[in-house]
Amino acid sequence: MHLHKYEKIWLAFGIISLIVFLSVVGVSAFHQGNTPSGGHMTIDPNKVRETAPFDQTGLHERSDGTYEMVIISQAFGYDAGDWKVPVGKEITFTLTSEDVTHSFSIVGTNVNMMAIPGQVNHKKHTFKEPGKYLIICNEYCGSGHHFMSAEIEVVES
Amino acid sequence: MNQSMNLPNDRRLPLANTAVAYAAFLIGTLCGLLQVFIRNDALTLPGWLDYYQILTAHGLLLAIVFTTFFIFAFFQAGTSKALGQFGPRVILWNWIGFWITLLGTLLVVVMVVSGQASVLYTFYAPLQAHGLFYVGLALFVIGTWVQGFALIGHYVKWRRANKGQLSPLFAFMTVATIILWVIACLGVVATVLFQFIPWAFGWTDGINVELSRSLFWYFGHPLVYFWLLPAYMAWYVVVPKLIGGKVFSDSLARLSFVLFILFSIPVGFHHQLTEPGIASFWKFLQTVLTFMVIIPSLMTAFSLFATFETRGRQLGGKGLFGWITKLPWKDVRFTSILIAMLFFIPGGAGGIINASFQMNELVHNTLWVVGHFHITVGTPVAMTFFGLTFWFIPYLTGRQFTKNLQRLAFLQIFTWSIGMLLMSTAQHMLGLLGAPRRTAYTGYAHEDALAWFEGVLSNHVIMAVGGSILFLSALLLIYIVIQLWWFAPVSDQESKMTFPMAESDVSGTPALLENWKVWIGIAFVLIALAYTIPLSEIIQHAPPGSGRFQTW
Repeated sequence: MHLHKYEKIWLAFGIISLIVFLSVVGVSAFHQGNTPSGGHMTIDPNKVRETAPFDQTGLHERSDGTYEMVIISQAFGYDAGDWKVPVGKEITFTLTSEDVTHSFSIVGTNVNMMAIPGQVNHKKHTFKEPGKYLIICNEYCGSGHHFMSAEIEVVES
Repeated sequence: MNQSMNLPNDRRLPLANTAVAYAAFLIGTLCGLLQVFIRNDALTLPGWLDYYQILTAHGLLLAIVFTTFFIFAFFQAGTSKALGQFGPRVILWNWIGFWITLLGTLLVVVMVVSGQASVLYTFYAPLQAHGLFYVGLALFVIGTWVQGFALIGHYVKWRRANKGQLSPLFAFMTVATIILWVIACLGVVATVLFQFIPWAFGWTDGINVELSRSLFWYFGHPLVYFWLLPAYMAWYVVVPKLIGGKVFSDSLARLSFVLFILFSIPVGFHHQLTEPGIASFWKFLQTVLTFMVIIPSLMTAFSLFATFETRGRQLGGKGLFGWITKLPWKDVRFTSILIAMLFFIPGGAGGIINASFQMNELVHNTLWVVGHFHITVGTPVAMTFFGLTFWFIPYLTGRQFTKNLQRLAFLQIFTWSIGMLLMSTAQHMLGLLGAPRRTAYTGYAHEDALAWFEGVLSNHVIMAVGGSILFLSALLLIYIVIQLWWFAPVSDQESKMTFPMAESDVSGTPALLENWKVWIGIAFVLIALAYTIPLSEIIQHAPPGSGRFQTW
């Protein structure tokens, strides 16, 4: 099989860029911890409110000074207590759904999580600026999908 | 009409497929037009129709029905040209497959229109459509398999009669695409047969949502290559003939198709990067495999432009870029496809961004993704199909592609490009600003959401302008199709349209490239590597199943 000289250069350039791209993505993910949201805990989708931690939705301070915000998504809204979180603190969002698939996306941040029935999703985020952030469901969930939104207030602690 | 009844079966079969394709195209694009107006509050639907019904119809009719039927029309006409006329059995099975596919399609459309299947084309559990919707999908897939295997039967017969020879490039590529399609469908068939149908009819109570999603996306990504490879066939085999050239390299063309079989399937997790239930390691592994398709894509880009340059220089093009002016720009069959290729440059680059693991969080489920697939399947693939249509229908009906129709075709291509440029640019930018996809309404009460109406290009109104131009372009295309089918003057010997199929020199092509057992074997090894452990984890750690929900 014959490869033209220019094609060799072109493919070498492409493959080297590919390796560079993937290395950047991989180092950022596994060395610096920038992985997309995920989780490996499952939950009975029919008993969400009886199961910890979803029996107590809202913000909880942990002993190490970080926070966890426990959220249940349902058609067509979220249950997450009073929607106030401190600025500059690491917050772990813990999310599931008690009916269909939804998402929990905070506009202007990297928080963009799928809420899958039966699965628990996690994402760590630290807000750098106080203010009010828009939360939307960006995964189709039914006739009220476009009304499924909320606002989270980031306050000085 | 009378004349088309006398057409040989080799022609009637692809015409039947083309007819369904363009019927779906007309309704599908109309749904698209309605969507952009509803999103801008410029249109209120009557009570019996809702936005998500239209959205489901738009996605299914254009991304699945239009593409699949057109692809089979192209395959049928092309293989009978490349390998010789179909025998009676091949024709019979192709017809049976066509009717099964059509029956499945109609069942799905009836369920969507009657409001019992507003589950979008990704039909996410635990949203539960009417059981017949899933039966329709299963029939659709089975019908395409029957047509696909009928074509493979024709190919096997040719191979037996021509022992030791490589098949013509068009036939090779058809077989590669059908293999890809059959392997890809295994995922969706598994979830529909074993999860959705028993659950929707009430035979089982719960569904494992994460498993159904994973099986869907096992199918959902190679599906895009099922759309793309026929467009690549046009680029590799049809376009060189249109410009009077040859295939740049037969072996590289075949190699790139083989690589697409290997690397387009074990990659579905890159649609599920932000969801729980799959460990980061497996998401990242599939990200790496996803990126491997960049190699055959770069090979394709090189081959195509090398063909253009070689031919341009033969025609006397001088200097670094002089050859460009020598290409047949006045031939809309060529120009349309060239523009389609250019759209694929940002389209492909956007795809790399989407699949880039953590970067996906920025764009996942935003309008960016909608912009992305409108400049991949919506233009490079669709406009290549338009470019094929201009000669394909005259070829099948024996009519002329007149000068007037050629001018209209230029207008059609031009308006589609402008409309898509406006709409998809707006969608990409709005997506970066956080605007969600799949929403009937865009007026969230927050300043970030108000900004989605303020940009010069990043504006929902621009999206609607683009969408309107696109619909006009679609109507123009339908007009051209109708003219070419029934009204254009019948061609004589001189003006007769032929199927452009470029010469491809197989003398340097290793026979290994056409040893399907090897490539299918490697494909399954890669699939097993990428999927066995994460899928068995999802099954072993399955939560109690989800019930049936109809939230629309």
